[in-house]
Amino acid sequence: MTRTQRSHVSSSGASPPTPPRRLASLRYASRVSDRTFFALTALACLVIIAMLVVIVGDVIIGGSKTLSWEFISKAPEQGMMKGGIFPAIFGTVALTLLMTLAAVPAGVATAVYLTEYAPQSSSVARWIRVCIANLAGVPSIVFGLFGLGFFISTVGHAIDSAAYGGRSVYGQPCLLWASLTLAILTLPVVVVSTEEALRAVPRELRDASLAVGATKFQTVTRVVLPEALGGILTGSILAVSRGAGEVAPILFTGAAYFLPYLPTKLNDQFMNLGYHVYVLATQSPDVDKTKPLLYGTVLVLLTLTFLLNLVAVLIRARTRRRARAAL
Amino acid sequence: MTEMQSSEALPLATEDKAPKPSLVRTSRLGERIAEGAVKFVALTSIAAVLLILVFVGKEALPLLYSSEMHQEVTPGALVSVPGHVWQPVSETPKYDVLPLFVGSLKVTLVALLFAVPLSVAAAIFVAEYAPKKVREYIKPAIELLAGVPSVVVGFFALVVMASWVQRAFGTEHRLNTLVAGIGLSFAICPVVFTVAEDALRAVPGSYRAAAMALGSTPSTTLARVILPAAAPGIAAAIVLGFGRAVGETMIVILATGNAAILDGSLGHSTRTITATIAQELGEVVVGSPHYRVLFALGAILFLITFGVNFLGERVVMRMRRKLAGAAK
Repeated sequence: MTRTQRSHVSSSGASPPTPPRRLASLRYASRVSDRTFFALTALACLVIIAMLVVIVGDVIIGGSKTLSWEFISKAPEQGMMKGGIFPAIFGTVALTLLMTLAAVPAGVATAVYLTEYAPQSSSVARWIRVCIANLAGVPSIVFGLFGLGFFISTVGHAIDSAAYGGRSVYGQPCLLWASLTLAILTLPVVVVSTEEALRAVPRELRDASLAVGATKFQTVTRVVLPEALGGILTGSILAVSRGAGEVAPILFTGAAYFLPYLPTKLNDQFMNLGYHVYVLATQSPDVDKTKPLLYGTVLVLLTLTFLLNLVAVLIRARTRRRARAAL
Repeated sequence: MTEMQSSEALPLATEDKAPKPSLVRTSRLGERIAEGAVKFVALTSIAAVLLILVFVGKEALPLLYSSEMHQEVTPGALVSVPGHVWQPVSETPKYDVLPLFVGSLKVTLVALLFAVPLSVAAAIFVAEYAPKKVREYIKPAIELLAGVPSVVVGFFALVVMASWVQRAFGTEHRLNTLVAGIGLSFAICPVVFTVAEDALRAVPGSYRAAAMALGSTPSTTLARVILPAAAPGIAAAIVLGFGRAVGETMIVILATGNAAILDGSLGHSTRTITATIAQELGEVVVGSPHYRVLFALGAILFLITFGVNFLGERVVMRMRRKLAGAAK
């Protein structure tokens, strides 16, 4: 095989200027084997899309019966069997907003360092890239363990003994630690898409800015970053969407089963849509009674994450089109 | 595109090398502070990986040396309890992690069995056959599938799919390995698809041109030229899918039934490492042997996925470099 491959390589030197990027012509092939390949792969594609359609369809059909203004604006009643899920929506929004406040600046700064400041052969930059790639693969439950072991047991306890005389204020699961845990989990999402956006900014813009006397930092903040805003937004929204749906990392870092009040301080616990689904699905004594509530909650969660995803995809499509037009 | 630009601007690039150092020297203190701050924040990711390793490991380590821990559980006992039982909450707690590892592996393999053929075939379709218009709809749809929170997939597996699977296969337990595996495949299809599609697209067009010019049919070109060239990338896709599947928590916690039974049956309920941590950590005494065993499971999970991802990334990088070299 290697010999054949090498012969392909050498022949490519004399090949026409635009060799086919794809095998699209195969659609018109007449041989049975060719058609079978085409049909089988198309079928696989359909199956994957059917997965999406089936899940979304089932949730919409099951959830739309429950959904009402009351459901999204009221607190749970009668031991979670009645009422709405407003505290869970509020908690999810508060959690993801705090997470964004931490993850987006850190992610953007990391991407700026990697693309604008780090020298080509920098080993620091290489290590940062390795860590980002691996951070993206760490299981979410391990983030939960980390949040408990580091933020709560170590940092939180240290704050308590230093500022509150050992009273348990920050050394317990709460909004702050859950959002920071999620921020580390979503950091790679922000970094990767910001980096892509920064790379797409034409080099000439940087050169022009430096040529008229702007400093490096001015160039980055006033020329490069505004130009890459679309990509940064896409990454941030995708991160928010991911963070809004995660449950495993907040199991031990702050999510609460039921709270009679809304979280207002950083060290309050909170309710959360995903956690609510998990609790209703596993700990309810009467499944048939909670099923409508479950479907309703899942529908709200799915709508939230899908809307965010949709916005991100639209922004990305627009910025890509604009980038292509500019070239 | 950037590569092309930089090679075009070569004379310019050598010129602006000269003022670069002077720019740094003459710049105000603020510039230096800004650069330092950006670099400092960029180190967060390295710090995060190290801190995760240190703080998850730290809680688990006393298992190795503390004699207080050894009264209840020793490292050797983690795999050698008679009958291999995981019963952390009982008169004499039994911590045999073997059923949990086998559980994780079983569910993961089922998920890969479903997800890999589907996703690789779909990647071939999108990369090689699909018209541009179709592709522009399929890719966002698969991204959307990736965006479905895992707790939603788990819920769907629990409420809807479990009944379908039981009706179709007549499984003994309603929640079992098969249901969880199929549910899990929903979550890893997008990962395997994305990496495999990237790999196929990295195969230079000259390979196709050469094969077709020699008279091979499209299907032969695909099977004998494109797939072999993209094979490392597809292998990486499978490896990365494995890493994602082993670490997934909410789908398996909802769909496996969570009974720590050590057997090879797909129709029986099972319990994975991730689900064990998620269910039990909330109720253990901090610092107890049980607590330490759960952190040890987390640390092992971290190391497994870290190794798997490292491997996958490296394979992808090497293949890209090789194919990029071949394209020139």
